[in-house]
Amino acid sequence: MTVEIGHFALILALLVSLVQTIVPAWGARIGEQRLMAVATPAAIATFVLVLISFLMLAEAYVTSDFSVANVWNNSHSAKPFIYRLSGVWGNHEGSLLLWILILVLFGMAVAVFGGYLPASLKANVLSVQGSVALAFLLFIILTSNPFERLDPAPLEGRGLNPILQDPALALHPPLLYAGYVGFSMAFSFAIAALIEGRTDAAWARWVRPWTLAAWMCLTLGIAIGSWWAYYELGWGGWWFWDPVENASFMPWLAGTALLHSAVVMEKRESLKVWTILLAILTFSLSLMGTFLVRSGVLSSVHAFAVDPERGIFILGIMIFFTGGGLALFAARAGALRQGGLFSPISREGALVLNNVLLATATGTVLIGTLYPLALEAVTGAKISVGAPYFNLTFGPLMVPLLLAMPFGSFLGWKRADLKAAGERLLFAAGIALVGAVIALAVVQRGPWAAPLALALGFWVMAGAVSEILFRARFGQAGSAEVMRRMFNLPRSAWGAAWSHFGVGLMVTGIVATTAWQSEKIVALKPGERAEIAGYTLEFRGVQPGRGPNFSEEIGRLVVSRDGQPVTELLPSKRLYDAPRQPTTEAGIHVALSGDLYAILGDAQSDGGHAIRLYFNPLVRFIWLGAVLMFIGGAFSLSDRRLRVGAPRKARKTAAVAAE
Amino acid sequence: MTRKQRRVVFIFSGLAVLGLALGLVLFALSGTITYFRTPSDLAQNPIPTGQRFRLGGLVADGSVKRGQSLDVEFQVTDTIKALPVVYRGVLPDLFREGQGVVAEGRLDPDGRFRADTVLAKHDENYMPPEVAKSLKEKGVKLGPDAVHPAGVTAVEAVKADEKQ
Repeated sequence: MTVEIGHFALILALLVSLVQTIVPAWGARIGEQRLMAVATPAAIATFVLVLISFLMLAEAYVTSDFSVANVWNNSHSAKPFIYRLSGVWGNHEGSLLLWILILVLFGMAVAVFGGYLPASLKANVLSVQGSVALAFLLFIILTSNPFERLDPAPLEGRGLNPILQDPALALHPPLLYAGYVGFSMAFSFAIAALIEGRTDAAWARWVRPWTLAAWMCLTLGIAIGSWWAYYELGWGGWWFWDPVENASFMPWLAGTALLHSAVVMEKRESLKVWTILLAILTFSLSLMGTFLVRSGVLSSVHAFAVDPERGIFILGIMIFFTGGGLALFAARAGALRQGGLFSPISREGALVLNNVLLATATGTVLIGTLYPLALEAVTGAKISVGAPYFNLTFGPLMVPLLLAMPFGSFLGWKRADLKAAGERLLFAAGIALVGAVIALAVVQRGPWAAPLALALGFWVMAGAVSEILFRARFGQAGSAEVMRRMFNLPRSAWGAAWSHFGVGLMVTGIVATTAWQSEKIVALKPGERAEIAGYTLEFRGVQPGRGPNFSEEIGRLVVSRDGQPVTELLPSKRLYDAPRQPTTEAGIHVALSGDLYAILGDAQSDGGHAIRLYFNPLVRFIWLGAVLMFIGGAFSLSDRRLRVGAPRKARKTAAVAAE
Repeated sequence: MTRKQRRVVFIFSGLAVLGLALGLVLFALSGTITYFRTPSDLAQNPIPTGQRFRLGGLVADGSVKRGQSLDVEFQVTDTIKALPVVYRGVLPDLFREGQGVVAEGRLDPDGRFRADTVLAKHDENYMPPEVAKSLKEKGVKLGPDAVHPAGVTAVEAVKADEKQ
């Protein structure tokens, strides 16, 4: 019964979102307040209906109602509670429902907190948002109904793919979707601005919190995905340039560019046309990501189970919104007024450089991801584009970006002095050089470019610290004054510094892991030893174990360093009960200086076991960097100027004057 | 600086970055792409020894041999032809005889495929898509109910090859 309520709520949501799409837009067109006002209750109603639908599906999962085909296919009564719940979004239909739930949640947030928006803008934004929801509700109801029943109901489910039974994978999709879908807000605002034919600093101020929140979620979502792949797939790597990974990375790159161009638009009313275009493109890339992952056109190790009909439907949605958005852009962008002038050497100039490089980098990733598809469609040749391509194209584009990053924060608006900025960054440059020399002295091996790339990471981190110190007048004013100034710095300044520091930290982690990773494959009998990166590992054999829904073989490796015991690694091979599928669990010793990582392989004919060992130096910095970026975003978001709902007309002028 | 001059500066710097990126993309695409072949594709359309490519197909029944050391030998077949593969290391969880795999590596002078990575799909029910597609084109039945390359063991496949 509850399942039918869920299905019914979903169909009602479709009808309400149809109203939400048409009525407010019509009202805005003829200037009728009462029609525009329909948007708010409609957005709230859609959210409540989709929420009911989602809860009903979750209920079916939690109570293991196998009369629902979706539950039967993806769940099992013996699964722990958390994975019965996360199983809701561990499959195509359920995750799509989550996608829509987050979409309408954002729509409702605008409806509830957007009281200060001009009525027609709010109506148009909610109408566009409603149309996106409408398209996806149609898609789920017509092609991917999660509420389909089975008759007779099977006694037991088929189980969730064991590698998805993991806490990180319970979190990864919701965060990723919040990111993807959050960019729909920027899209809706951009389309509304084009319909209205005007944008101003206030517009950018409304868009930024949404973009920022989406960006934060996407950052964390991608990082959690990477972390999961690192410990679960057992390949010792953290990023594989797999098409599915790229599908989430492209909106992130474009979203990062959007975040920065929106700053220029807000502060200086420049780059309006570009910002609007970027908002459309960012969401289009999110839609493309959804299409690529769910249509099965990509050959990837982690794509969804697919059905060509669905692919065509999503392709249609993507073409409609991207094509429609770009067509509207082409027709109306000329009408937008140009903003303030600035010299190429200025904060604006630096942010333009950031945008050019990020947009180009997005382009190279896009080409690398789509080229195999295009080539196969044209010539039939099956190829793949792997890490070497991305390292050769994406890598070099990041070098100028990272070099320029600290400069950007030191350049003033409108017109600036590069030399003065350079002088203020001498300290950071010194740190970067010293860091590189120390790294070279300590490691004394690996590629020649690695210390230089490491210096780039130090440079960005030191640059972020320098900016805060400079703004607090460190070294010029007394310590009490410095503290007071630091405390009074706008939170957005702290946010930028934290995020940029995070980028630098991530770069050092990436460089160190890539350049100085050690890998060893050994065959050990119990009692035998292996050495890697200064650690000695003694194999103590394999013991059977039993988990809630799997049995396993656990290998024991006692780790010591210079004769001192350090830890024990327990890599294992699991066999899940349902579906009967084996997985490999890595044994990882986590340390800031680097992870020791062991994978248990097959038993050898002579009684030994194959064991694969890795030492990944500074690998934690990669995810730590992403967390810092997230924290930086949170700082910025809490800035009073950007707080959702806070900037009212009167305050806005005061805030601008204060800066 | 006037609006026009500013625009010129930006357009040129934008074009410079784009040009650089385009150069990098073309250079990288010409050097780094890896072709995908099944054993019979490879017979029709050979790849020189030493060039990296990806070999896909099914692990032939009865062909997996684990050596004394960490080396593993097996045959990959598309049921028409088969190719011996050598691999050193830890095989993925879902590596099994009769299952689809994609191996990446090079041909060695003995005509064996020396793989440095072997991928099987995460999920039991699905094949690596290129493998599924290639086999479908060759008329091999796939899917949960299909009998995987039973009958056509690697040895027979190779023998059939010799008769031709």
